Amino acid sequence: MSERALFIDYARCIGCQACVQACEECDTHRGQPMIHLETIRRRDSVQTAPQVCMHCEDPICAQVCPADAIKKGPDGVVHSALTHRCIGCSNCVLACPFGVPKYFAAIDQMMKCDLCYDRTSIGKKPMCATVCPSQALTFMTPEELERTRRGTAVNEWVFGEERVRTKVSVVVPHEVKEVHVNLVQLGKRREKAEPDDVAALLEEG
Amino acid sequence: MTPAKRAPPPSREALRAATVGLSASALLILGIYVGSRRFKDFDVALVPYAAATVFAAFALGYRYAIWLGRPPTKRYFQQSLAIFFTRGKILANTLGLARAVYGSLFTQRFIRERSTLRWLAHFCIMWGCLLAAAVTFPLSFGWIRFETPRDSQEMYEAFVFGVRVFRCRLDSPLASLMFNALVVSAVLVLVGIFLSLYRRSRDRGVLAVQEASSDLLPLILLFAISATGVLLTISTHFMNGFNYTFLSQFHAVTVILTLLYIPFGKFFHIVQRPTQIGVQLYKQEGAAGEQAKCARCGEPFASALQVGDLKRVQAELGIRYGLAGGGHYQDVCPPCRRKNLALLQDGMWGAVRRGGDPESKES
Repeated sequence: MSERALFIDYARCIGCQACVQACEECDTHRGQPMIHLETIRRRDSVQTAPQVCMHCEDPICAQVCPADAIKKGPDGVVHSALTHRCIGCSNCVLACPFGVPKYFAAIDQMMKCDLCYDRTSIGKKPMCATVCPSQALTFMTPEELERTRRGTAVNEWVFGEERVRTKVSVVVPHEVKEVHVNLVQLGKRREKAEPDDVAALLEEG
Repeated sequence: MTPAKRAPPPSREALRAATVGLSASALLILGIYVGSRRFKDFDVALVPYAAATVFAAFALGYRYAIWLGRPPTKRYFQQSLAIFFTRGKILANTLGLARAVYGSLFTQRFIRERSTLRWLAHFCIMWGCLLAAAVTFPLSFGWIRFETPRDSQEMYEAFVFGVRVFRCRLDSPLASLMFNALVVSAVLVLVGIFLSLYRRSRDRGVLAVQEASSDLLPLILLFAISATGVLLTISTHFMNGFNYTFLSQFHAVTVILTLLYIPFGKFFHIVQRPTQIGVQLYKQEGAAGEQAKCARCGEPFASALQVGDLKRVQAELGIRYGLAGGGHYQDVCPPCRRKNLALLQDGMWGAVRRGGDPESKES
């Protein structure tokens, strides 16, 4: 049996904020939620999107860090900036392809999701996956995911010409081998939208 | 036997960094030579300390140059200098710099915001170490020395670069403070270490991520220096010099090991940290200037200065964010990046339902 990993299925998110509340209780960043929960466009849709750190194999946040403060452990977890090195420049916040790191001005430091290292390093689930009622965020083996979901997990991303491979995966249709990230602009009108095609509904504006 | 592999030639960066390191060492040796009046005031007993410092200067120079050569670091360094020396703004920038130095380096408000215990521990360790360095480095370099004048055994004289700066009575409060400056610094450091260990042993978040080599070793080294230093004083004053020779040699070993460790471990932040000041200046300049607007939502999200610099740094690093239909992914604000990912996934499922290609790159 493979190791358990974190998977995101945006379509399952019901926007309940449980992940945000639970994330605050993680010991490595107590009191501060590291997860992002985006409301796509409240006026038109109930779609919400949780975003945790994807834990890139070659993290761009670390590459653009002038202080060399972002480190990836041997287990592939990319940690918050080292407190003694981080100079609070926000390069990582702006360069991360997934928009994950957060800058806290009062402590002049970047913090980010570290996969609840206090928990996952001892075999427990991260807080978000533990409490997510719809399992939009789920921590299981790839085999369990294949067995219980209709999609497949993908961890290859293409941003422009930049290829990124991540430790965390997203659930997509079986035909998809990698996610080509293009900008989905809102406001266009389509003739007919599927009732559950949120993107299209949003485009209808 | 297989022929030994020839080592690859050192890179240009390594050669440049070695030159910086050697220059730092050479400057220090020159400083010792001149400051000790051609080694006249140089205390031979302190040679190992001075030698370790010369090596540390080389390694610090080397590592600093390598670090400064990284594209993002270099960009920030050059931009901060350019901003500081902008004509007509030097005075205002100097004042801003002084404020930043006071807030970030002197009082360290940002650490207090993290936790008071952490701030107190760091404050004690930092000021203890700085006080100790202010006393011991000039002493081991022969820049300052103390003498009892020939005309009086009751007096004590202090010389800086061979020039007498003051004299005081041996039983005066000033002399007492001078003799015990290192005890004061050691006690400060020890208090800081105990506070730090208390925090590190109780905070579950810290316990999960701390590492022995990077987080505990520096505390162990500082403890060894401070404890042996205090024991030397105790041996002298209360134990008739019990084991003084062993203690002094052990103390020397701990100091030398720490000096050698400074460039390679956590202590490197002592020379790296002031960059924070330059970044504050950079951020102020960016906030006052033009703002970059998101290519997706049109809202301002960062300074145009920083976004422009990031694009240059990314090009140097080989990060290719240029989008197929024109535009640059760096021009998309972080919230839009997050929203976009969910919409992409949703679009894929929609395409499957419509019988289309979910991998279509059309947006």
